[in-house]
Amino acid sequence: MIYLEHYLFLAAIIFTIGVLGIFLNKKNVIIILMSIELILLSVNINLISFSVFLNDISGQIFAMLTLTVAAAEAAIGLAILVVFYRNLGSIEVSKINKLKG
Amino acid sequence: MAHLIIFLPLIGFLFCFFFGKFFNFKISQIITTSFLFISAILSWILFFSFLGEKDTEVIHIINWFTSGNFVVDWSIRLDALTTTMFIVVCSVSACVHLYSVGYMNEDPSKVRFMGYLSLFTFFMLMLVSSNNLLQMFFGWEGVGLASYLLIGFWYHKPSANNAAIKAFLVNRVGDFGYALGIAGVFFIFGSIEFDVIFNNAENFKDHSIPFLGLSFSTIDLLCFLLFIGAMGKSAQLGLHTWLPDAMEGPTPVSALIHAATMVTAGVFLVARMSPLFEYAIVTNLFITFIGAATAIFAATIALTQNDIKRVIAYSTCSQLGYMFFAAGLGAYNASIFHLMTHGFFKALLFLSAGSVIHAMHHEQDMRKMGGLFKKIPFTGTMMWIGSLAIIGFPYFSGYYSKESILENAYYSNSSMATFAYTIGILTALLTAFYSWRLLFMTFHGETRSDNKTYDHAHESPLAMTLPLALLAFGSIFVGMFFADYYIGKMQYVFWGDSLVVHEGKHYYLPFIQTLIVKSSVAIGVMLAALIYFYKNNLPKNLAHNLDPLYSISLNKWYVDELYNSIFIKPYFLLANLFWKKGDEKIIDGYGPNGISKIVALTSNYLSRFQSGYLYHYAFAMLGGLVIILTWFIYY
Repeated sequence: MIYLEHYLFLAAIIFTIGVLGIFLNKKNVIIILMSIELILLSVNINLISFSVFLNDISGQIFAMLTLTVAAAEAAIGLAILVVFYRNLGSIEVSKINKLKG
Repeated sequence: MAHLIIFLPLIGFLFCFFFGKFFNFKISQIITTSFLFISAILSWILFFSFLGEKDTEVIHIINWFTSGNFVVDWSIRLDALTTTMFIVVCSVSACVHLYSVGYMNEDPSKVRFMGYLSLFTFFMLMLVSSNNLLQMFFGWEGVGLASYLLIGFWYHKPSANNAAIKAFLVNRVGDFGYALGIAGVFFIFGSIEFDVIFNNAENFKDHSIPFLGLSFSTIDLLCFLLFIGAMGKSAQLGLHTWLPDAMEGPTPVSALIHAATMVTAGVFLVARMSPLFEYAIVTNLFITFIGAATAIFAATIALTQNDIKRVIAYSTCSQLGYMFFAAGLGAYNASIFHLMTHGFFKALLFLSAGSVIHAMHHEQDMRKMGGLFKKIPFTGTMMWIGSLAIIGFPYFSGYYSKESILENAYYSNSSMATFAYTIGILTALLTAFYSWRLLFMTFHGETRSDNKTYDHAHESPLAMTLPLALLAFGSIFVGMFFADYYIGKMQYVFWGDSLVVHEGKHYYLPFIQTLIVKSSVAIGVMLAALIYFYKNNLPKNLAHNLDPLYSISLNKWYVDELYNSIFIKPYFLLANLFWKKGDEKIIDGYGPNGISKIVALTSNYLSRFQSGYLYHYAFAMLGGLVIILTWFIYY
């Protein structure tokens, strides 16, 4: 039988993978985008499992909203990446330090 | 009338200052010069009205300020002394204004020059006409300012700037004494009005001030402080170093300020305060000593100077010494009389020197002159008249005044008076020598200038020769006309209560003394003639054989060097110490600079967080999130 704990456990693992993906990764910005998707996904899993467990539909609606935002964010992020690559010829994370003041 | 005399020059200055640039420079020249001539004529009229018996007249203008019982008014005090100064100042100034029109012909800033001259005249008139010490101080500082502006008139010359600063600073030393003197007078007398001071002077004859455990005679102390001011302004020994350097200014300035008028302000001060100085026994000895010492000191320097203006500058210093020792001996009338005649003949000498310089295209070195009499006979004649007047040739103006000073010294019964008398005769000899040295080196003998300059030497325009003629008239006749009033039969009537005239002091010198005085002058002239006219290689040999004496004289007794090593260098060291260590290291180092350095360091350190790498920021955000969450959960 699968209980709520299993879902939460899965979500926590995915979340951790996502977080680690952001700052252990030095090679590729796309991986950062993917990690962000993972984090959002883990949040979605949490939302939906609680919604089912508590018999409350609003959690699932919220998950739909999150999915939409994530899709939009991924689209914009990729578009920025393309432009970035065009201008600088590289998307290697360890070489991007334009934010340095 | 007195208002007009004083304020016309001010109006002239204000016109030049505010509107001069809107008109042709000729307008400014005409306005200032004509105003000054009006002032001069009015002051002569006023002066003649004081020849008879006339009381001191005080014209109140307006209250300046009142602070408790310290009341200061702007007012004009008219008496024989003031009107004497009026005629000297206005006449010489008018001549110099006219002369400047010719002399400054090629200068681009004529308007400024005329304005400054008028401003100076205004301040000088304020000084001599004041009825209290503070208004006098106003004029005193004002003439110092005008002198500074005019010495540094050619401000693009570093030497002129330095000389201007030097004059101002040395005068400041004297002014400090003067300011203390004013404060002291107020402290003792409760007022700085002349009448109050003079009326109460006798009451404080034996009064004394305790200071630092010592007791000073009040009047001696006050007079000493005031005399320090007079020493600064009148370039007496110790504070004389600025006067020769002031010759960096244009020649008309030297004639007006540094010979005829401003430098006599010190003598005027002593004469004006004579009712007070009467009781200052010790200070009078000091004044006599300083005056006599300055007279001979400056004369010895004048013997060897090569710059034509410097010779006359030292001669001024020396003549001021005469005036002071006369004043110190109580012969205030002789002192003022010499001031007046000196004003005329010294201005004449300076303006003639200016005319020579003008003719020689701004060459001032006498070694490069000679034989100019044939080229510029008029200027030469004027210089002769001036020189005859200064050595006291009979019936020229200097004769009466100098003779009278020596008489007073001879008949004063004190060892100081004998000292002053001896010095006076010696100085007369030296005066004759250097005056004739100047004449011979400049006007006679073979020329030593190059042919081109010599051929181009030309007589000055009318604007310059006319003032010379006027002053020459004054130099010859002033003594003859006014001797009776100043030092002779009419002296009590003339002076009235404007200064202290001692009873029965007018004798004539015994025949043998007269002979000594006359022959010392004659010896001086003959020596100069022998050395500089007949034996042309004698000066060189003398300079070589008497080398120590010659270099002392040529280098002005090394006073400048002495001051340099005693005051200026230690002062510079101290100032440097305060600047580098005190200000830069301590105040700036721990003050503003220190704080800004700390801020810069911290921000530099903090800015390392801004690495620019995305994952660093992400990590920081996550860390923050974790910390906030933990806080939320556990508290």
